[in-house]
Amino acid sequence: MNAVSFQHVSKTFPHHAGRMLLRERVKHLFEKRMAQPFYALKNVSFTLRPGESLGIVGSNGAGKSTLLGLAAQIVRPSAGQVIVNGRIAALLELGSGFHPDLTGEENVYLNASLLGLTRAQTRSSYPEIVEFAEIGDFIQEPLRTYSSGMVMRLAFSVAVNLDPDVLIIDEVLGVGDAAFQAKCFDRIRAFRRARKTLVCVSHAKEALSEICDTAIWLDHGEVMMQGSVEQVWQAYTGGPVVSM
Amino acid sequence: MWSGEYLFVLHNLVLKDFRVRYRNMSLGVLWSLLNPLVMMGVLTFVFTKLFPNPRVHFAVFLLCALIPLSFFQVSWSSGTGAIVDNAGLIKKVRVPRELFPVASVLSNFIHVLIQLGLLAIIALISGVHITLSWFWLPVILGLEVVFATGLVLATSSLNVYLRDTRYVVDSFNTILFWLVPVFYDFSAIPKKYADVYQYNPIAALVLAMRQVILLGNPPSAVLMLKTVLVSCLSLTLGVFIFGRLKQEFYDQI
Repeated sequence: MNAVSFQHVSKTFPHHAGRMLLRERVKHLFEKRMAQPFYALKNVSFTLRPGESLGIVGSNGAGKSTLLGLAAQIVRPSAGQVIVNGRIAALLELGSGFHPDLTGEENVYLNASLLGLTRAQTRSSYPEIVEFAEIGDFIQEPLRTYSSGMVMRLAFSVAVNLDPDVLIIDEVLGVGDAAFQAKCFDRIRAFRRARKTLVCVSHAKEALSEICDTAIWLDHGEVMMQGSVEQVWQAYTGGPVVSM
Repeated sequence: MWSGEYLFVLHNLVLKDFRVRYRNMSLGVLWSLLNPLVMMGVLTFVFTKLFPNPRVHFAVFLLCALIPLSFFQVSWSSGTGAIVDNAGLIKKVRVPRELFPVASVLSNFIHVLIQLGLLAIIALISGVHITLSWFWLPVILGLEVVFATGLVLATSSLNVYLRDTRYVVDSFNTILFWLVPVFYDFSAIPKKYADVYQYNPIAALVLAMRQVILLGNPPSAVLMLKTVLVSCLSLTLGVFIFGRLKQEFYDQI
Protein backbone atom coordinates (compact mmCIF):
# COMPACT_ATOMS: atom_id res chain seq x y z
CA MET A 1 0.00 0.00 0.00
CA ASN A 2 1.28 3.45 -0.87
CA ALA A 3 1.73 6.00 1.86
CA VAL A 4 1.05 8.94 -0.43
CA SER A 5 -0.37 8.82 -3.91
CA PHE A 6 -1.18 11.69 -6.28
CA GLN A 7 -2.96 10.72 -9.47
CA HIS A 8 -3.31 13.42 -12.14
CA VAL A 9 -3.93 16.02 -9.50
CA SER A 10 -4.81 19.55 -10.54
CA LYS A 11 -5.77 22.50 -8.43
CA THR A 12 -7.32 25.61 -9.90
CA PHE A 13 -8.29 28.87 -8.29
CA PRO A 14 -10.77 31.30 -9.81
CA HIS A 15 -9.06 34.46 -10.96
CA HIS A 16 -11.56 36.72 -9.28
CA ALA A 17 -11.20 35.23 -5.81
CA GLY A 18 -10.29 38.60 -4.35
CA ARG A 19 -13.50 40.29 -5.36
CA MET A 20 -16.38 39.66 -3.04
CA LEU A 21 -18.93 42.19 -4.23
CA LEU A 22 -22.50 41.04 -4.63
CA ARG A 23 -22.52 42.35 -8.19
CA GLU A 24 -19.63 40.04 -9.10
CA ARG A 25 -21.30 37.14 -7.39
CA VAL A 26 -24.54 37.57 -9.29
CA LYS A 27 -22.72 38.06 -12.57
CA HIS A 28 -20.72 34.96 -11.83
CA LEU A 29 -23.87 32.91 -11.35
CA PHE A 30 -25.07 33.64 -14.85
CA GLU A 31 -21.78 33.34 -16.62
CA LYS A 32 -20.07 30.10 -17.38
CA ARG A 33 -18.34 28.97 -14.23
CA MET A 34 -14.64 29.76 -13.97
CA ALA A 35 -14.02 30.87 -17.53
CA GLN A 36 -10.32 31.42 -16.95
CA PRO A 37 -9.13 29.47 -13.93
CA PHE A 38 -5.63 29.81 -12.63
CA TYR A 39 -3.74 26.52 -12.36
CA ALA A 40 -1.80 26.27 -9.12
CA LEU A 41 -1.04 22.63 -9.94
CA LYS A 42 -1.50 20.87 -13.23
CA ASN A 43 -1.67 17.11 -13.66
CA VAL A 44 0.76 16.08 -10.93
CA SER A 45 1.29 12.37 -10.30
CA PHE A 46 3.63 10.53 -7.95
CA THR A 47 3.53 7.80 -5.34
CA LEU A 48 5.50 7.26 -2.17
CA ARG A 49 5.79 3.95 -0.38
CA PRO A 50 6.11 3.91 3.39
CA GLY A 51 9.63 4.94 4.35
CA GLU A 52 10.26 6.98 1.22
CA SER A 53 10.92 10.66 1.35
CA LEU A 54 10.33 13.29 -1.27
CA GLY A 55 11.67 16.80 -1.60
CA ILE A 56 9.94 19.52 -3.59
CA VAL A 57 11.91 22.31 -5.23
CA GLY A 58 10.82 25.21 -7.37
CA SER A 59 10.73 28.97 -7.48
CA ASN A 60 8.20 31.06 -5.56
CA GLY A 61 4.67 30.54 -6.79
CA ALA A 62 5.49 27.22 -8.45
CA GLY A 63 2.79 25.40 -6.49
CA LYS A 64 4.91 23.81 -3.77
CA SER A 65 2.76 24.91 -0.88
CA THR A 66 -0.41 23.95 -2.72
CA LEU A 67 1.03 20.48 -3.24
CA LEU A 68 1.77 20.16 0.48
CA GLY A 69 -1.69 21.46 1.32
CA LEU A 70 -3.18 18.76 -0.90
CA ALA A 71 -1.00 16.07 0.69
CA ALA A 72 -2.06 17.32 4.12
CA GLN A 73 -5.68 17.16 2.95
CA ILE A 74 -6.31 20.77 3.81
CA VAL A 75 -6.91 21.63 0.16
CA ARG A 76 -9.25 19.64 -2.06
CA PRO A 77 -8.04 18.85 -5.56
CA SER A 78 -10.01 20.31 -8.47
CA ALA A 79 -9.26 17.19 -10.49
CA GLY A 80 -7.51 13.89 -9.86
CA GLN A 81 -7.10 11.99 -6.66
CA VAL A 82 -4.98 12.37 -3.54
CA ILE A 83 -4.69 9.35 -1.24
CA VAL A 84 -2.74 9.40 2.00
CA ASN A 85 -2.65 6.40 4.31
CA GLY A 86 -1.85 6.76 7.98
CA ARG A 87 -1.65 9.58 10.47
CA ILE A 88 -0.62 12.83 8.84
CA ALA A 89 1.22 15.63 10.55
CA ALA A 90 1.53 18.74 8.45
CA LEU A 91 3.92 21.48 9.45
CA LEU A 92 2.93 24.08 6.92
CA GLU A 93 3.97 26.68 9.43
CA LEU A 94 5.51 26.48 12.86
CA GLY A 95 3.54 27.45 15.92
CA SER A 96 0.00 27.42 14.52
CA GLY A 97 -2.27 29.15 16.99
CA PHE A 98 0.57 30.55 19.08
CA HIS A 99 -0.50 33.65 20.94
CA PRO A 100 1.99 36.14 22.40
CA ASP A 101 0.02 36.66 25.63
CA LEU A 102 -0.13 32.97 26.52
CA THR A 103 2.73 31.27 28.34
CA GLY A 104 4.94 28.73 26.64
CA GLU A 105 3.09 25.91 28.35
CA GLU A 106 -0.35 27.18 27.33
CA ASN A 107 0.84 27.61 23.76
CA VAL A 108 2.23 24.07 23.68
CA TYR A 109 -1.16 22.67 24.72
CA LEU A 110 -3.10 24.80 22.24
CA ASN A 111 -0.72 24.09 19.36
CA ALA A 112 -0.57 20.36 20.10
CA SER A 113 -4.36 20.09 20.24
CA LEU A 114 -4.73 21.89 16.90
CA LEU A 115 -2.12 19.68 15.28
CA GLY A 116 -4.03 16.60 16.35
CA LEU A 117 -2.59 15.34 19.63
CA THR A 118 -5.06 14.10 22.19
CA ARG A 119 -5.05 15.39 25.76
CA ALA A 120 -3.32 12.23 27.02
CA GLN A 121 -0.69 12.35 24.29
CA THR A 122 0.02 16.01 24.96
CA ARG A 123 0.36 15.41 28.70
CA SER A 124 2.73 12.51 28.28
CA SER A 125 4.95 14.19 25.70
CA TYR A 126 4.92 17.60 27.42
CA PRO A 127 8.11 17.03 29.47
CA GLU A 128 9.91 15.87 26.35
CA ILE A 129 8.71 18.89 24.38
CA VAL A 130 10.01 21.29 27.03
CA GLU A 131 13.24 19.37 27.32
CA PHE A 132 13.79 19.34 23.56
CA ALA A 133 13.09 23.08 23.21
CA GLU A 134 15.73 23.92 25.84
CA ILE A 135 14.00 27.05 27.05
CA GLY A 136 14.05 26.16 30.75
CA ASP A 137 12.03 28.31 33.15
CA PHE A 138 10.83 30.53 30.34
CA ILE A 139 8.14 27.96 29.68
CA GLN A 140 5.97 29.72 32.30
CA GLU A 141 6.52 33.17 30.79
CA PRO A 142 4.35 34.78 28.11
CA LEU A 143 5.51 34.07 24.58
CA ARG A 144 6.04 37.77 23.86
CA THR A 145 9.07 37.72 26.16
CA TYR A 146 10.75 35.03 24.02
CA SER A 147 13.32 35.66 21.33
CA SER A 148 12.16 34.59 17.89
CA GLY A 149 14.62 31.70 17.99
CA MET A 150 13.04 30.46 21.21
CA VAL A 151 9.52 30.63 19.74
CA MET A 152 10.65 28.61 16.76
CA ARG A 153 12.40 26.05 18.94
CA LEU A 154 9.29 25.58 21.04
CA ALA A 155 7.12 25.23 17.94
CA PHE A 156 9.45 22.71 16.38
CA SER A 157 9.60 20.69 19.59
CA VAL A 158 5.84 20.24 19.54
CA ALA A 159 6.03 19.27 15.90
CA VAL A 160 8.69 16.59 16.27
CA ASN A 161 6.70 14.99 19.07
CA LEU A 162 3.67 14.38 16.87
CA ASP A 163 4.82 10.91 15.83
CA PRO A 164 2.91 10.68 12.55
CA ASP A 165 3.14 8.10 9.75
CA VAL A 166 3.38 10.81 7.13
CA LEU A 167 5.20 14.04 7.90
CA ILE A 168 4.73 17.07 5.67
CA ILE A 169 7.13 19.96 6.16
CA ASP A 170 7.12 23.36 4.47
CA GLU A 171 10.50 25.10 4.73
CA VAL A 172 10.54 24.97 8.49
CA LEU A 173 13.78 23.09 8.88
CA GLY A 174 16.12 26.03 9.29
CA VAL A 175 15.16 26.61 12.88
CA GLY A 176 17.40 27.80 15.69
CA ASP A 177 21.17 27.76 15.99
CA ALA A 178 23.52 25.13 14.57
CA ALA A 179 23.28 22.87 17.61
CA PHE A 180 19.50 22.90 17.58
CA GLN A 181 19.39 22.27 13.85
CA ALA A 182 21.62 19.25 14.31
CA LYS A 183 19.18 17.95 16.92
CA CYS A 184 16.27 18.44 14.54
CA PHE A 185 18.02 16.57 11.76
CA ASP A 186 18.74 13.74 14.20
CA ARG A 187 15.04 13.56 14.90
CA ILE A 188 14.19 13.40 11.23
CA ARG A 189 16.78 10.72 10.58
CA ALA A 190 15.32 8.65 13.42
CA PHE A 191 11.91 9.24 11.93
CA ARG A 192 13.14 7.94 8.60
CA ARG A 193 14.78 4.89 10.21
CA ALA A 194 11.36 4.09 11.63
CA ARG A 195 10.18 3.81 8.00
CA LYS A 196 7.94 6.82 8.12
CA THR A 197 7.13 8.84 5.03
CA LEU A 198 8.26 12.40 4.48
CA VAL A 199 7.30 15.13 2.04
CA CYS A 200 9.13 18.42 2.36
CA VAL A 201 9.79 21.69 0.63
CA SER A 202 13.15 23.30 1.07
CA HIS A 203 15.36 25.84 -0.60
CA ALA A 204 18.48 24.40 1.03
CA LYS A 205 20.19 21.70 -0.96
CA GLU A 206 22.07 20.31 2.05
CA ALA A 207 18.82 19.74 3.91
CA LEU A 208 17.25 18.07 0.90
CA SER A 209 20.06 15.69 0.08
CA GLU A 210 20.35 14.87 3.76
CA ILE A 211 16.77 13.75 4.29
CA CYS A 212 15.20 13.05 0.89
CA ASP A 213 15.61 10.11 -1.51
CA THR A 214 13.97 11.70 -4.49
CA ALA A 215 12.83 15.14 -5.53
CA ILE A 216 10.33 16.85 -7.76
CA TRP A 217 10.93 20.14 -9.51
CA LEU A 218 7.77 22.15 -9.90
CA ASP A 219 7.37 25.12 -12.19
CA HIS A 220 4.13 27.03 -12.76
CA GLY A 221 2.23 24.12 -11.30
CA GLU A 222 3.74 21.48 -13.54
CA VAL A 223 6.27 18.78 -12.79
CA MET A 224 9.42 19.65 -14.73
CA MET A 225 11.48 16.76 -13.46
CA GLN A 226 11.36 13.89 -11.04
CA GLY A 227 14.40 11.92 -9.91
CA SER A 228 17.26 11.83 -7.47
CA VAL A 229 17.82 14.96 -5.37
CA GLU A 230 21.18 15.56 -7.04
CA GLN A 231 19.86 15.44 -10.60
CA VAL A 232 16.75 17.45 -9.90
CA TRP A 233 18.67 20.13 -8.03
CA GLN A 234 21.13 20.43 -10.89
CA ALA A 235 18.36 20.79 -13.43
CA TYR A 236 16.47 23.24 -11.23
CA THR A 237 19.43 25.54 -10.56
CA GLY A 238 21.09 25.08 -13.93
CA GLY A 239 17.95 25.29 -16.01
CA PRO A 240 16.55 28.41 -17.65
CA VAL A 241 15.74 31.22 -15.27
CA VAL A 242 12.02 31.35 -14.68
CA SER A 243 10.38 34.68 -15.27
CA MET A 244 7.92 35.65 -12.59
CA MET B 1 -6.97 12.06 8.93
CA TRP B 2 -6.83 14.60 11.74
CA SER B 3 -6.48 12.47 14.82
CA GLY B 4 -7.04 14.97 17.60
CA GLU B 5 -9.73 15.35 20.19
CA TYR B 6 -12.63 17.74 19.62
CA LEU B 7 -13.11 18.51 23.30
CA PHE B 8 -9.42 19.07 23.90
CA VAL B 9 -9.23 21.63 21.10
CA LEU B 10 -12.43 23.35 22.24
CA HIS B 11 -11.13 23.50 25.79
CA ASN B 12 -7.88 25.09 24.63
CA LEU B 13 -9.55 27.56 22.28
CA VAL B 14 -12.01 28.71 24.93
CA LEU B 15 -9.28 29.03 27.54
CA LYS B 16 -7.15 31.00 25.09
CA ASP B 17 -9.96 33.48 24.45
CA PHE B 18 -10.57 33.88 28.14
CA ARG B 19 -6.92 34.29 29.10
CA VAL B 20 -6.06 36.62 26.27
CA ARG B 21 -9.01 38.84 27.07
CA TYR B 22 -8.40 39.21 30.78
CA ARG B 23 -4.78 38.55 31.55
CA ASN B 24 -3.51 42.03 30.83
CA MET B 25 -6.35 43.93 32.45
CA SER B 26 -6.15 45.16 35.99
CA LEU B 27 -9.87 44.60 36.58
CA GLY B 28 -9.77 41.16 35.01
CA VAL B 29 -13.03 39.27 34.99
CA LEU B 30 -14.93 42.21 36.50
CA TRP B 31 -15.12 43.64 32.99
CA SER B 32 -17.67 41.05 32.01
CA LEU B 33 -19.90 42.37 34.80
CA LEU B 34 -19.41 46.00 33.90
CA ASN B 35 -21.41 45.99 30.70
CA PRO B 36 -24.62 44.49 32.14
CA LEU B 37 -24.25 46.65 35.27
CA VAL B 38 -23.97 49.84 33.24
CA MET B 39 -26.93 48.87 31.03
CA MET B 40 -28.95 47.93 34.08
CA GLY B 41 -28.08 51.20 35.82
CA VAL B 42 -28.98 53.39 32.86
CA LEU B 43 -32.22 51.60 32.02
CA THR B 44 -33.27 51.50 35.68
CA PHE B 45 -32.68 55.24 35.94
CA VAL B 46 -34.62 55.99 32.76
CA PHE B 47 -37.58 53.74 33.51
CA THR B 48 -37.95 54.35 37.22
CA LYS B 49 -36.96 58.01 37.51
CA LEU B 50 -37.64 59.59 34.10
CA PHE B 51 -40.57 57.41 33.05
CA PRO B 52 -41.72 55.82 36.30
CA ASN B 53 -43.36 52.44 35.97
CA PRO B 54 -45.15 50.39 38.62
CA ARG B 55 -43.05 47.26 38.20
CA VAL B 56 -41.29 45.92 41.29
CA HIS B 57 -37.77 44.44 41.13
CA PHE B 58 -37.13 46.36 37.95
CA ALA B 59 -33.36 45.75 38.02
CA VAL B 60 -33.85 41.97 38.19
CA PHE B 61 -36.51 42.26 35.49
CA LEU B 62 -33.94 43.97 33.27
CA LEU B 63 -31.10 41.54 33.96
CA CYS B 64 -33.32 38.59 33.03
CA ALA B 65 -33.32 40.06 29.53
CA LEU B 66 -29.91 41.74 29.36
CA ILE B 67 -27.92 38.60 30.17
CA PRO B 68 -29.35 36.27 27.51
CA LEU B 69 -29.66 39.12 25.00
CA SER B 70 -26.09 40.35 25.27
CA PHE B 71 -24.77 36.79 25.20
CA PHE B 72 -26.68 36.22 22.00
CA GLN B 73 -25.61 39.49 20.39
CA VAL B 74 -21.93 39.13 21.21
CA SER B 75 -21.81 35.43 20.27
CA TRP B 76 -23.56 35.98 16.99
CA SER B 77 -21.44 38.96 16.05
CA SER B 78 -18.04 37.57 17.03
CA GLY B 79 -18.94 34.01 16.00
CA THR B 80 -19.79 35.19 12.49
CA GLY B 81 -16.19 36.28 12.05
CA ALA B 82 -14.77 33.07 13.51
CA ILE B 83 -13.72 31.49 10.22
CA VAL B 84 -12.40 34.61 8.52
CA ASP B 85 -10.55 35.71 11.68
CA ASN B 86 -8.88 32.30 11.89
CA ALA B 87 -7.90 32.25 8.21
CA GLY B 88 -4.29 31.54 9.15
CA LEU B 89 -5.23 28.36 10.95
CA ILE B 90 -7.79 27.32 8.33
CA LYS B 91 -5.09 27.42 5.68
CA LYS B 92 -2.40 25.68 7.69
CA VAL B 93 -3.99 23.17 10.04
CA ARG B 94 -6.35 20.32 9.37
CA VAL B 95 -8.36 20.87 12.55
CA PRO B 96 -12.13 20.51 11.97
CA ARG B 97 -13.41 23.93 10.95
CA GLU B 98 -16.58 23.71 13.01
CA LEU B 99 -14.52 24.09 16.15
CA PHE B 100 -13.80 27.80 15.62
CA PRO B 101 -17.38 29.11 15.60
CA VAL B 102 -18.37 26.69 18.35
CA ALA B 103 -15.44 27.80 20.52
CA SER B 104 -16.38 31.40 19.91
CA VAL B 105 -19.91 30.83 21.24
CA LEU B 106 -18.67 28.84 24.22
CA SER B 107 -16.10 31.40 25.26
CA ASN B 108 -18.83 34.01 25.39
CA PHE B 109 -20.89 31.66 27.50
CA ILE B 110 -18.30 31.87 30.27
CA HIS B 111 -19.41 35.47 30.78
CA VAL B 112 -22.99 34.34 31.17
CA LEU B 113 -21.92 32.12 34.06
CA ILE B 114 -20.20 35.07 35.72
CA GLN B 115 -23.20 37.31 35.07
CA LEU B 116 -25.55 34.76 36.62
CA GLY B 117 -23.64 35.32 39.85
CA LEU B 118 -24.38 39.03 39.50
CA LEU B 119 -28.04 38.24 38.86
CA ALA B 120 -28.24 36.16 42.03
CA ILE B 121 -26.69 38.96 44.08
CA ILE B 122 -28.99 41.65 42.67
CA ALA B 123 -31.96 39.31 43.19
CA LEU B 124 -31.04 38.84 46.85
CA ILE B 125 -30.52 42.57 47.38
CA SER B 126 -33.87 43.48 45.84
CA GLY B 127 -35.68 40.78 47.79
CA VAL B 128 -36.46 38.28 45.03
CA HIS B 129 -36.45 34.77 46.46
CA ILE B 130 -34.13 32.26 44.92
CA THR B 131 -36.22 29.14 44.44
CA LEU B 132 -35.68 25.62 43.20
CA SER B 133 -36.99 26.64 39.79
CA TRP B 134 -33.62 28.35 39.24
CA PHE B 135 -32.49 24.87 38.25
CA TRP B 136 -34.29 25.57 34.98
CA LEU B 137 -31.72 28.23 34.12
CA PRO B 138 -29.13 25.75 32.78
CA VAL B 139 -31.82 24.29 30.52
CA ILE B 140 -32.94 27.66 29.20
CA LEU B 141 -29.41 28.93 28.67
CA GLY B 142 -28.33 25.60 27.22
CA LEU B 143 -31.05 25.94 24.61
CA GLU B 144 -29.80 29.42 23.85
CA VAL B 145 -26.28 28.05 23.30
CA VAL B 146 -27.68 25.48 20.86
CA PHE B 147 -29.70 28.12 19.03
CA ALA B 148 -26.76 30.54 18.84
CA THR B 149 -24.36 27.80 17.72
CA GLY B 150 -26.60 26.83 14.81
CA LEU B 151 -26.97 30.42 13.72
CA VAL B 152 -23.26 31.13 14.08
CA LEU B 153 -22.34 28.03 12.04
CA ALA B 154 -24.53 29.33 9.23
CA THR B 155 -23.39 32.95 9.28
CA SER B 156 -19.69 32.24 9.88
CA SER B 157 -19.56 30.07 6.77
CA LEU B 158 -21.60 32.56 4.74
CA ASN B 159 -19.25 35.30 5.87
CA VAL B 160 -16.40 33.56 4.05
CA TYR B 161 -18.20 34.05 0.74
CA LEU B 162 -19.95 37.33 1.47
CA ARG B 163 -17.92 39.38 3.90
CA ASP B 164 -20.87 41.72 4.33
CA THR B 165 -22.59 39.07 6.42
CA ARG B 166 -20.95 40.46 9.52
CA TYR B 167 -22.48 43.89 9.04
CA VAL B 168 -25.88 42.43 8.37
CA VAL B 169 -25.60 40.50 11.62
CA ASP B 170 -24.61 43.64 13.51
CA SER B 171 -27.62 45.50 12.14
CA PHE B 172 -29.90 42.66 13.19
CA ASN B 173 -28.38 42.79 16.64
CA THR B 174 -29.17 46.50 16.96
CA ILE B 175 -32.77 45.91 15.95
CA LEU B 176 -32.98 42.96 18.30
CA PHE B 177 -32.54 45.14 21.37
CA TRP B 178 -35.89 46.75 20.61
CA LEU B 179 -37.66 43.59 19.53
CA VAL B 180 -36.81 41.70 22.70
CA PRO B 181 -38.82 42.69 25.77
CA VAL B 182 -35.87 44.16 27.68
CA PHE B 183 -37.51 47.10 29.45
CA TYR B 184 -41.13 46.27 28.70
CA ASP B 185 -43.20 43.21 29.42
CA PHE B 186 -44.50 40.65 26.97
CA SER B 187 -48.06 41.51 28.05
CA ALA B 188 -47.57 45.10 26.83
CA ILE B 189 -47.44 43.97 23.21
CA PRO B 190 -50.66 44.60 21.28
CA LYS B 191 -52.53 41.46 20.36
CA LYS B 192 -52.03 41.81 16.62
CA TYR B 193 -48.23 41.72 16.99
CA ALA B 194 -48.06 39.16 19.76
CA ASP B 195 -48.49 36.20 17.41
CA VAL B 196 -45.52 37.24 15.29
CA TYR B 197 -43.57 38.25 18.33
CA GLN B 198 -43.62 34.84 19.91
CA TYR B 199 -41.58 33.47 17.02
CA ASN B 200 -38.63 35.51 18.19
CA PRO B 201 -36.59 32.84 20.01
CA ILE B 202 -34.61 35.31 22.09
CA ALA B 203 -37.83 36.91 23.31
CA ALA B 204 -39.06 33.45 24.25
CA LEU B 205 -35.91 32.80 26.26
CA VAL B 206 -36.30 36.11 28.09
CA LEU B 207 -39.87 35.21 28.91
CA ALA B 208 -38.76 31.84 30.26
CA MET B 209 -36.05 33.52 32.36
CA ARG B 210 -38.65 35.84 33.92
CA GLN B 211 -41.06 33.03 34.66
CA VAL B 212 -38.30 31.21 36.48
CA ILE B 213 -36.69 34.09 38.34
CA LEU B 214 -39.45 36.60 39.03
CA LEU B 215 -42.41 34.26 39.44
CA GLY B 216 -40.49 31.28 40.78
CA ASN B 217 -42.33 28.98 38.38
CA PRO B 218 -40.98 26.49 35.90
CA PRO B 219 -41.24 27.90 32.36
CA SER B 220 -44.47 27.01 30.61
CA ALA B 221 -44.40 23.74 28.68
CA VAL B 222 -45.54 25.22 25.38
CA LEU B 223 -42.84 27.85 25.54
CA MET B 224 -40.12 25.30 26.25
CA LEU B 225 -41.35 22.99 23.51
CA LYS B 226 -41.25 25.79 20.95
CA THR B 227 -37.79 26.81 22.09
CA VAL B 228 -36.49 23.24 21.86
CA LEU B 229 -37.87 22.94 18.34
CA VAL B 230 -36.42 26.25 17.18
CA SER B 231 -33.02 25.47 18.73
CA CYS B 232 -32.83 22.05 17.09
CA LEU B 233 -33.93 23.51 13.78
CA SER B 234 -31.26 26.20 14.02
CA LEU B 235 -28.53 23.68 14.82
CA THR B 236 -29.58 21.30 12.04
CA LEU B 237 -29.65 24.07 9.47
CA GLY B 238 -26.38 25.50 10.73
CA VAL B 239 -24.58 22.15 10.55
CA PHE B 240 -26.00 21.54 7.08
CA ILE B 241 -25.04 24.96 5.67
CA PHE B 242 -21.61 24.87 7.26
CA GLY B 243 -20.99 21.35 5.94
CA ARG B 244 -21.88 22.47 2.43
CA LEU B 245 -19.82 25.64 2.46
CA LYS B 246 -16.72 24.45 4.31
CA GLN B 247 -15.40 22.53 1.30
CA GLU B 248 -14.41 25.75 -0.41
CA PHE B 249 -13.11 27.68 2.61
CA TYR B 250 -9.51 27.28 1.55
CA ASP B 251 -10.14 28.71 -1.91
CA GLN B 252 -12.27 31.60 -0.73
CA ILE B 253 -10.50 32.80 2.36
